[in-house]
Amino acid sequence: MNASIPIRSLDAPGRSGGCSDAPVLRERGQREVFCGLTGIIWLHRKIQDAFFLVVGSRTCAHLIQSAAGVMIFAEPRFATAIIDERDLAGLADCNDELDRVVDRLLERRPDIRLLFLVGSCPSEVIKLDLSRAALRLSTRHHPSTRVLNYSGSGIETTFTQGEDACLAAMVPVLPTPDALAAPELLVVGALADVVEDQFARLFAQLGIGPVRFFPARQANDLPPVGPNTRYLLAQPFLGDTAAALDKRGAQRLPAPFPLGEEGTTGWLLAACEAFGVPRERFDAVTAAPRQRAQAALARQREVLAGRSVFFFPDSQLEIPLARFLGRELGMQLGEVGTPYLHRAHLAAELALLPAGTPLSEGQHLERQLDRCRAARPDLVVCGLGLANPLEAEGMTTKWAIELVFTPIHGYEQAGDLAELFARPLRRRALLDADATPQRWLEA
Amino acid sequence: MQLTLWTYEGPPHVGAMRIATALADVHYVLHAPQGDTYADLLFTMIQRDAKRPPVTYTTFQARDLGGDTAELFQSSAREAVARFKPNALLVGASCTAELIQDDPGGLSKALNLGIPVVALELPSYQRKENWGAAETFYQVVRQLADTQRRPLPRQPGQRPRCNILGPAALGFRHRDDLTEITRLLDALGVDVHVVAPQGATVAQLATLGEAHFNVVLYPEIASVAAGWLQRTFGQPFTRTVPMGMGATRDFIREVAELAGVDPEPVLQGQGARAPWYARSVDSTYLTHKRVFVFGDATHAVAAARIAAEEMGFTVVGIGTYSREFAREVRACATRLGIEALISDDYLEVEARIAELQPELVLGTQMERHIAKRLGIPCAVISAPVHVQDFPARYSPVMGFEGANVLFDTWVHPLMMGLEEHLIGMFRGDAEFHADAAPSHLGGAVRPQPAAAQPELEPEPVLVAVEAAPAAPHDGPPAWQADAERELRKIPFFVRGKARRNTELYARDKGLPSITLETLYDAKAHFSR
Repeated sequence: MNASIPIRSLDAPGRSGGCSDAPVLRERGQREVFCGLTGIIWLHRKIQDAFFLVVGSRTCAHLIQSAAGVMIFAEPRFATAIIDERDLAGLADCNDELDRVVDRLLERRPDIRLLFLVGSCPSEVIKLDLSRAALRLSTRHHPSTRVLNYSGSGIETTFTQGEDACLAAMVPVLPTPDALAAPELLVVGALADVVEDQFARLFAQLGIGPVRFFPARQANDLPPVGPNTRYLLAQPFLGDTAAALDKRGAQRLPAPFPLGEEGTTGWLLAACEAFGVPRERFDAVTAAPRQRAQAALARQREVLAGRSVFFFPDSQLEIPLARFLGRELGMQLGEVGTPYLHRAHLAAELALLPAGTPLSEGQHLERQLDRCRAARPDLVVCGLGLANPLEAEGMTTKWAIELVFTPIHGYEQAGDLAELFARPLRRRALLDADATPQRWLEA
Repeated sequence: MQLTLWTYEGPPHVGAMRIATALADVHYVLHAPQGDTYADLLFTMIQRDAKRPPVTYTTFQARDLGGDTAELFQSSAREAVARFKPNALLVGASCTAELIQDDPGGLSKALNLGIPVVALELPSYQRKENWGAAETFYQVVRQLADTQRRPLPRQPGQRPRCNILGPAALGFRHRDDLTEITRLLDALGVDVHVVAPQGATVAQLATLGEAHFNVVLYPEIASVAAGWLQRTFGQPFTRTVPMGMGATRDFIREVAELAGVDPEPVLQGQGARAPWYARSVDSTYLTHKRVFVFGDATHAVAAARIAAEEMGFTVVGIGTYSREFAREVRACATRLGIEALISDDYLEVEARIAELQPELVLGTQMERHIAKRLGIPCAVISAPVHVQDFPARYSPVMGFEGANVLFDTWVHPLMMGLEEHLIGMFRGDAEFHADAAPSHLGGAVRPQPAAAQPELEPEPVLVAVEAAPAAPHDGPPAWQADAERELRKIPFFVRGKARRNTELYARDKGLPSITLETLYDAKAHFSR
């Protein structure tokens, strides 16, 4: 391992190239985005023995069930403790009330190992101290259930930032590894189970290990973290989690995000560099999957190349996705909007993004819609509040939320990821063709 | 604080959005934190609207709270009016904005917008969605109806005119109910003056007073406004909700009375197939099927009547989450000889259903969760509902076609007659067995659980035997192994009731444990 060959950087313009120094349009106005509570929709499935108790209003409860309630749950793994006027008037002690609610919940669901108290706008505005409540309840329900807290409020978090806040809350309780232990790799960000398994196999073949994933599928299977931890972010929205890991001495490996063939290669290379894996070995391990990914992408390129795309802000995945669509599928990048731009974590992405790509951070919805209508892009990536209305205006849309709960990372999913964008265009072509009644009359 | 796994209603500002979205030319400026725009999805996804709801949100964030959120509200209102040019503006606050107390009403008055502004006071921590919708509709009607425009005197030969009140955005089958009832009124010789809130313009709302009477389809939304219209213009309004054959006929008579027309030709019920379907021998096995009914008050009361009088079911439980209409539901329960459950606590509803062990649950989307957990067939009769209950096909639940739709919908989840008989006869079948879903619902073949096969070793006696031997008179009496095995031979859809009745019987008789004999004694006892 000592004769590690320096790994060449990706075929990208240098750090100063691409969009590294590009100006960003910052606007303020109505923001058509989800709050961080929505993270519960996928986190409750990822961490199978955790329960998410939102402390908030009926609006919060309504949000979550409107999103998840189309599935029928025999045993839901999320709920809301709804604050009522007695709590607000101080007639009831909020902490006593919360204890009572948690007792009732744990009585019904003794299988819960990890309970998250999730803060909301109302609980933040009335300054209910959920971190102290979590400590108190942890003691009370020790050792069967651990209680943690984070905020998923709209005033503080946007959509995927809810996952960031959740993971950041878990970092302080991760175990400390032996100080003399060999370096370990930690992959951070909720990934689809199948993707996690693929990455685990690739790292094993590359000789990198031990590798742990965070969050784990079981709440008590917590990965250790310390100065010997090297971590790769699998998702771009993990600012606070990364800061918390840094605080415990772990080191982030700067990399693009593992979306598409190029992004996955850059991401794996960053780990190889840190763990001294020779280039030959990397090439040998990744040659076949890279080829498979390229072949799968070639088929989608037929539909996507040359088409223009416009991103409304949603999940912070927009910049890596735009990089993928622009470089690997030949799409023309119109405005790429993101709710929040973490320059350090996205440095490698920005460097790869084609120069001149218009970037925006934050949102003034009506003005952004005006820009979108003026640009008439071939494909609009936006939330579900806008998708059908824009379709009715004659635009083709890809609803953005799907990108957060579909397996899209890694080589084997590169084709699937491209297909998510190609499908609405294919569908429009199909339906428009069938809309010609002549075809059926003549048949 | 209330532990809420599922909530039956959204917050009151969602009710206000349902009115604003239904109306044709108003805009709603809602003071709300970032993220509350999720409510747009209810309209664009669940109802599949092709346009955005006419709602502008201020979407304040934490950093705004230190600054001037009132100014943020005012600039949002000004921009919204300039951009969308509505004919009236609704303004209000969501739950979080209520806490910061910016007074949207006062702030918008100060703007002198040049159009009517309806300020909404919706207490988010006390009230809920339907109340919010009713209050918003009332405020809109009160402020926009022109009190100078009185009911038109009827010329000889002129048809009477009514308003239809209640249909709104995100209402359970409101779209098709409106079509069905409009047809019914037309057949009766009654013209529709204004439909509100669905599709009404500000100009039309001004003329509400010109109709001769009002038809209230959804009391949860429209009864407050209808009461005000009656007081102001002397317009009477209908009290019967035309859901089910009997109620539709009552409604026709009521309208005919108010309109002074002949109900007889319409009472024939052209196109109503449900009564014959229910009488045909194929439906005999539906007799006394035990059903539990839950929903908003209007749909629950209507469903209970249909279930008892038109389907021949036995209603074993009824309840509603609409506290405002608890009295109506209690009265209905009294007629049925049962006790009403008035609750918005999902866990309480779950407990009641588990206790009653019905064979069919007629409820909301939330009861589908409960029914899945308890393995009971379920059909949806009321909001809250999800996307599958905003169907493409014509699916009213009111009027004669509505009765047809309800017959199909309610019978569908039940196991069909032949299959039910054969499962009662032969229980060892690998494909058809008591724990399998009804075969007409498709799904994969689920192998019979080993424990249910009578040929095997004696089953482990249920926990109750070990848990309660010391105190035989507290809690459920213990089941002996042979009785427990015999119980499993009873078809699954009545097994719950049999278990409950036997335990009840044993407790009444002070029996410490349940034997095979006790099981059949109880059966004989309750069959009287």
